[in-house]
Amino acid sequence: MVRLEGQNAIELRNITKRFGSVVANDRICLSLKRGQILSLLGENGSGKTTLMNMLAGIYLPDEGEILADGKPITIRSPKDAFDHKIGMIHQHYKLVEVFTATQNIILGLKAKGGLNLAEANRKVQEICDRYGFEIDLKKKVYDMSVSEKQTVEIVKVLYRGADILILDEPTAVLTPQETDKLFAVMRNMKADGKALVIITHKLNEVMAISDEVAVLRKGKYIGTVKTAETSPQALTDMMVGHAVTLNIDRPQADELKKRLKIGNLTVKDKEGVKKLDDVSFEAFGGEILGVAGVAGSGQKELLEAIAGLQKLEHGSSILYIAPDGREQELYNLTPLDIIKKGILLSFVPEDRFGMGLVGGMNITDNIRLRTYRDGKLMLSDFAESKALAEKIVTDLEVVTPDINRTPLRRLSGGNVQKVLVGREISFNPTILMTAYAVRGLDINTSYAIYNLLTAQKMRGAAVIYVGEDLDVLLELCDRILVLCGGKVSGVVDAKNATKEEIGLLMTTVGGGKEATNEA
Amino acid sequence: MTGFINGLILLIVAAISYGTPLMFGTLGEILTEKSGNLNLGVEGIMFMGGAFGLGGVFYYEKLVGENANGVVAILVAILAAFIAGAFASLIFSFLTTTLRANQNVTGLALSIFGTGVGQFTGELMRVKAGGYVTISNGLKVFFSNTPFPKALTDIPYVGQLLFGHSVFFYLGLLLAIGMHLYLNKTRSGMFLKAVGENPATADAAGINVARNKYAATIIGGGISAIGGMIYITSIASCVWNHEGLAGVGWLAVALVIFCLWRPLSTIWGSILFGALMIMYLRFPLPFIPTDIYKILPYVVTIAVLILTSLRNNKDKQPPASLGLPYFREER
Repeated sequence: MVRLEGQNAIELRNITKRFGSVVANDRICLSLKRGQILSLLGENGSGKTTLMNMLAGIYLPDEGEILADGKPITIRSPKDAFDHKIGMIHQHYKLVEVFTATQNIILGLKAKGGLNLAEANRKVQEICDRYGFEIDLKKKVYDMSVSEKQTVEIVKVLYRGADILILDEPTAVLTPQETDKLFAVMRNMKADGKALVIITHKLNEVMAISDEVAVLRKGKYIGTVKTAETSPQALTDMMVGHAVTLNIDRPQADELKKRLKIGNLTVKDKEGVKKLDDVSFEAFGGEILGVAGVAGSGQKELLEAIAGLQKLEHGSSILYIAPDGREQELYNLTPLDIIKKGILLSFVPEDRFGMGLVGGMNITDNIRLRTYRDGKLMLSDFAESKALAEKIVTDLEVVTPDINRTPLRRLSGGNVQKVLVGREISFNPTILMTAYAVRGLDINTSYAIYNLLTAQKMRGAAVIYVGEDLDVLLELCDRILVLCGGKVSGVVDAKNATKEEIGLLMTTVGGGKEATNEA
Repeated sequence: MTGFINGLILLIVAAISYGTPLMFGTLGEILTEKSGNLNLGVEGIMFMGGAFGLGGVFYYEKLVGENANGVVAILVAILAAFIAGAFASLIFSFLTTTLRANQNVTGLALSIFGTGVGQFTGELMRVKAGGYVTISNGLKVFFSNTPFPKALTDIPYVGQLLFGHSVFFYLGLLLAIGMHLYLNKTRSGMFLKAVGENPATADAAGINVARNKYAATIIGGGISAIGGMIYITSIASCVWNHEGLAGVGWLAVALVIFCLWRPLSTIWGSILFGALMIMYLRFPLPFIPTDIYKILPYVVTIAVLILTSLRNNKDKQPPASLGLPYFREER
């Protein structure tokens, strides 16, 4: 069969996917053409990865059809996807650490005769030479950089004969030089007639690599445009949509007091990749500072660094200014050190049961995780935590069958979050940090949480609110700090800023100034 | 001087004879652990292998009487022990792979269960046979003597060292080499290692994780059980001796770690551990209780563990998913 360039390799028609009551993909139409690179653009939770997972055989669509070369097909498993020559490179690599590149690439493939690694090396090398991959095939995976591991994953998919490649945020873990190399091989694959999809939220990359851009927003298909005929600003508008009015109360505090001065904060992960890069800002008592950014831009690391849970690079500084004016440096202190210094810092982490609460324990015991040091000698003050638990349950209207018996895991997400937030604010913190505090909560509980945060602000606490919904950030916060790739790309006044402005800051590395000028 | 050399040769020969059951126990457990299953039931499996192996050859001789053939007797013993061990490991696999039970708990339970079954079977045979189970001396020599002709074993010094051991030692050598080749030179061995290292990756690559785990654990358990049979038929002279066998399975688990999961290393590792097991008999030290002496193999294992952890060499670590259950992700 002759395969013309520009011909549809895969066509998606009215694809719908639901998870429970949540519609992750709502009647999406998309076509992937041979010899073209398509960017799939959208905010977090817009359904990009879900959509592509249906091509990779991880999910089955609830409605709609997938056509390969014009014929309807069903993809039930990753193996089916391979049979249709579709290969997806996920964000989390699936590699065996103690094997070499070649061993990983040929893993699971049946072939005639014995195992001939030299022959396999030669075949893999051919593919690498054809597309310009630079990799030592005899190197073991545990010695590889993230970029090399990614190369192994891509070659693995090509070795299995994929014609349609889907890359899920491939550049998230790469340095700019590595990104350039990746784009070079992507162009080679394109020239070879492969159809490529790149999932990303970085606009500069979209503009640099793709032929067409398809935009999703909150599970809906917004449209496809030719890259040559669009601009970053136009794409941002498609991505974030128009502002929605939420009517969240935003009273002004009488006075702002500087509470936290972060200077040159740098944090590296295990692989040595910078998750926070030279971040500096100030937080004031009496205001809510919003933190916006696409997922994984360093929000988690930022809050954890302040809470004493991350190892900071040399030169970082976290200066705490107490209400009485005394200054304390929190550089590389542990959470216990911070408590011992008498700093009332509260942290509502993103992972409620992983970091905030113990699912198997009841409400009172979870409250005691914060108060157990208060007793005499070896004994905890049980009466104190019990009284506090009862107060939180009454004040925040937590619904629970029995506050001393029911394990927290059995409560609904909203009630769990109320317990966590209630516990953290019950100590009258001077700094209150929350990460995705309303994720998964219904409207009423969300507003209850907003009100609690605003009450803390009015009491004089410095509130740092990491959120994903730009509409909420714009109405709840006083100022918004935007992170992109671990760097501060801008701080905007929430009262005057627009959604498009923030959207552009979120997706433009270091292009902060230029972006604000345009807006 | 000659006296010393002769003493040394005797020690090595004895170390090899005590090391051979360990070699089988360890090789079986290495194969099991390469699939990511940590089967702590080796002790019980070797008990069962010992009792059923002895039972096999005992009833074989009873059946055919004086026509009993040495080679057939050995094969019967191997087969009986293998089936017993494979059955015990099948229980382990079903519980841990299919029902996803905790491997440590299941392995310990299997140890208790296996020692009980072995002990019960051994005692039952003894009582039924009228107080004493053993086989004729004519048949025994096949189990404990060397298969090589006298001309070879009579060569001074090296004759005893190279050719003076029971047939099982040579079988063990072949098995160790065979397993090394299988794990490192064949496609199927590579797939098995992938399952033990990263089952999710293996699964995504189209390798049947459960089938590999079952196969490696069942065959591995069978091989370990043969070790128990060798102990009873050669060292214990075909008499049910649960006291001697006790602890050998745990030593095998320790030896797996000592050998860093490499089949070829079990050859010298098991001889070393065999030597450590009998040193207290050959070289008693004054004022030092023999019990302290007997812990030497474990002390050596801990030392190796500390050293390998300190060096943090990725090639010398246990299979990455060892002991962890595998669920295909729901997501």
